Amino acid sequence: MRRAGGPTVIPNFGHGSSCVTGDHAFCWDWVRGHWGDTLGPALVQHIELTAIAVGIGFGIAFLLGLATHRVSRIEQPVGIVSALLYTIPSIALFQLLVPFTGLTYTTIEIALVGYTLVILYPAVVAGLRSPSEDVLEAARGMGLTPLQILLRVELPLAVPVIVSGLRVAVVSTISIATIAAFVGPYGLGNPIFLALKEPTPFKTEIYSAGFLAVALALLCDAALLLLRRAVVPWAGKRFA
Amino acid sequence: MSDAARIEFDGVTKRYEGRGRDAVHELTLDIPAGTFCVLVGPSGGGKSTALKMVNRLIPFDGGDIRIDGRSVRSLSAVELRRGIGYVIQNIGLFPHMTVGDNVGTVPRLLGWKKQRIKQRTQELLELVGLEQDDAKRYPAELSGGQRQRVGLARALAADPPLLLMDEPFGALDPITRFRLQTELKRLHEEVSKTVIFVTHDVDEAIRMGDRIAILREGGILAQYDTPDAILEQPADEFVAQFIGEDRALRRLALKTLRDVKLTEPGSQEPGSRVSPDTTVRNAVSLMLDSGTPQVVVVDGDKELGVFRLEDAGALL
Repeated sequence: MRRAGGPTVIPNFGHGSSCVTGDHAFCWDWVRGHWGDTLGPALVQHIELTAIAVGIGFGIAFLLGLATHRVSRIEQPVGIVSALLYTIPSIALFQLLVPFTGLTYTTIEIALVGYTLVILYPAVVAGLRSPSEDVLEAARGMGLTPLQILLRVELPLAVPVIVSGLRVAVVSTISIATIAAFVGPYGLGNPIFLALKEPTPFKTEIYSAGFLAVALALLCDAALLLLRRAVVPWAGKRFA
Repeated sequence: MSDAARIEFDGVTKRYEGRGRDAVHELTLDIPAGTFCVLVGPSGGGKSTALKMVNRLIPFDGGDIRIDGRSVRSLSAVELRRGIGYVIQNIGLFPHMTVGDNVGTVPRLLGWKKQRIKQRTQELLELVGLEQDDAKRYPAELSGGQRQRVGLARALAADPPLLLMDEPFGALDPITRFRLQTELKRLHEEVSKTVIFVTHDVDEAIRMGDRIAILREGGILAQYDTPDAILEQPADEFVAQFIGEDRALRRLALKTLRDVKLTEPGSQEPGSRVSPDTTVRNAVSLMLDSGTPQVVVVDGDKELGVFRLEDAGALL
């Protein structure tokens, strides 16, 4: 796992501009001056935290979803476990994991993956159920094997629902990942966390990191929406 | 074009657990190759079940079904189904595939070359009355009638000797339904295939079928014969009631004025001028309507003859 890049920087009030030393609402010069050593690296880490969590979470959710599709009996137990996981407040979950995995990157990722599962597992299951009974009957009636039905009919038709799940998972993971700073100095939560620790919370740092998290979430959401349009040309067409 | 297949139901029985009577009870039917056979009856008559046992979407418990003498159980279900066209009421087109890809489904499964599939798809779209450009469209962009045409093209794609149709026109409006019925009938004459067609609509059964099998509740065969024979002589009270009290008129609807003997026209015969493609039933209706007990059959300017009310009575 990658460690946080560069030293964490606590604003130096003595040498900052009057905006910084006076702790005005928002100081552009601070953002410019600390993009390279604070905000930029934190943003990259945040993207990394999210990508790993959603990637692993999606892998697990996909396999569990396929298993559920085969054996629908396991849906309820898997659903209950992941929902219970989701009800645990994020900070509490991080603390629960610390005795086992320490104040590490792994702890953060385990918690984040757990949260993505709650969203992605039902999305995969619902997606695989989206073909209508007529479509499945026609597929069987034409002599597609069960594997061909899965690969050529059920999975392609599941894509819209799965991508919708991914959008929610990505946005919520970007949000939850800011809390990861309580465990270790990773991601956009870290500058916020440090700024809050100042005797008077340093507003510019909080706002700029918070803004980056929101912007990242919106950007990822828009990107997934465009991806969905690209891979699902058949949805949205209507007989006129 | 592959030839049509002969289909034999030989004492076929289907029973569902926990139900008092069989869904299909010892059904025996011999459907000659090339026949358009309609299974008709009230709900609970097991007609859809009987149909789906042919391509083994529903397994049967007793008896056997043979296609050209070979039991449907002698092949794997997948192999069997690839050789049988299948059309259902709600069509079940793949929404994520274009019309062209939908039609090419079975040929792709059978490993045909791309060029051949493309050519076949174009041929089929023309056969079912769609435009070549429709191949690139998605099912959601089509009307209900167009979708069912695609469903039919898809079922015919690999040129199967047998076509199973489960209430294919049940969800269409009356005008579209009538048009598709007419075209399917023409298509059947063109492509010589055995068709098994399920409907609950007696009119549709009479209009479409070379032979009709009437099933009653409990999956029991009540009568199996040509439409004319069933209308002339219903096997029992159930059949008589099922086909309706206007069965004499329904029989007259099976014939056009081309099929009957006309009387030489005198000069200046009274009565409506009708084309020889008019059904006898409609001719009778016209006579009653106009109060003249005869019609004059004309083809263009040429008078072919006169058809009288008593001639209609003699046909029954």
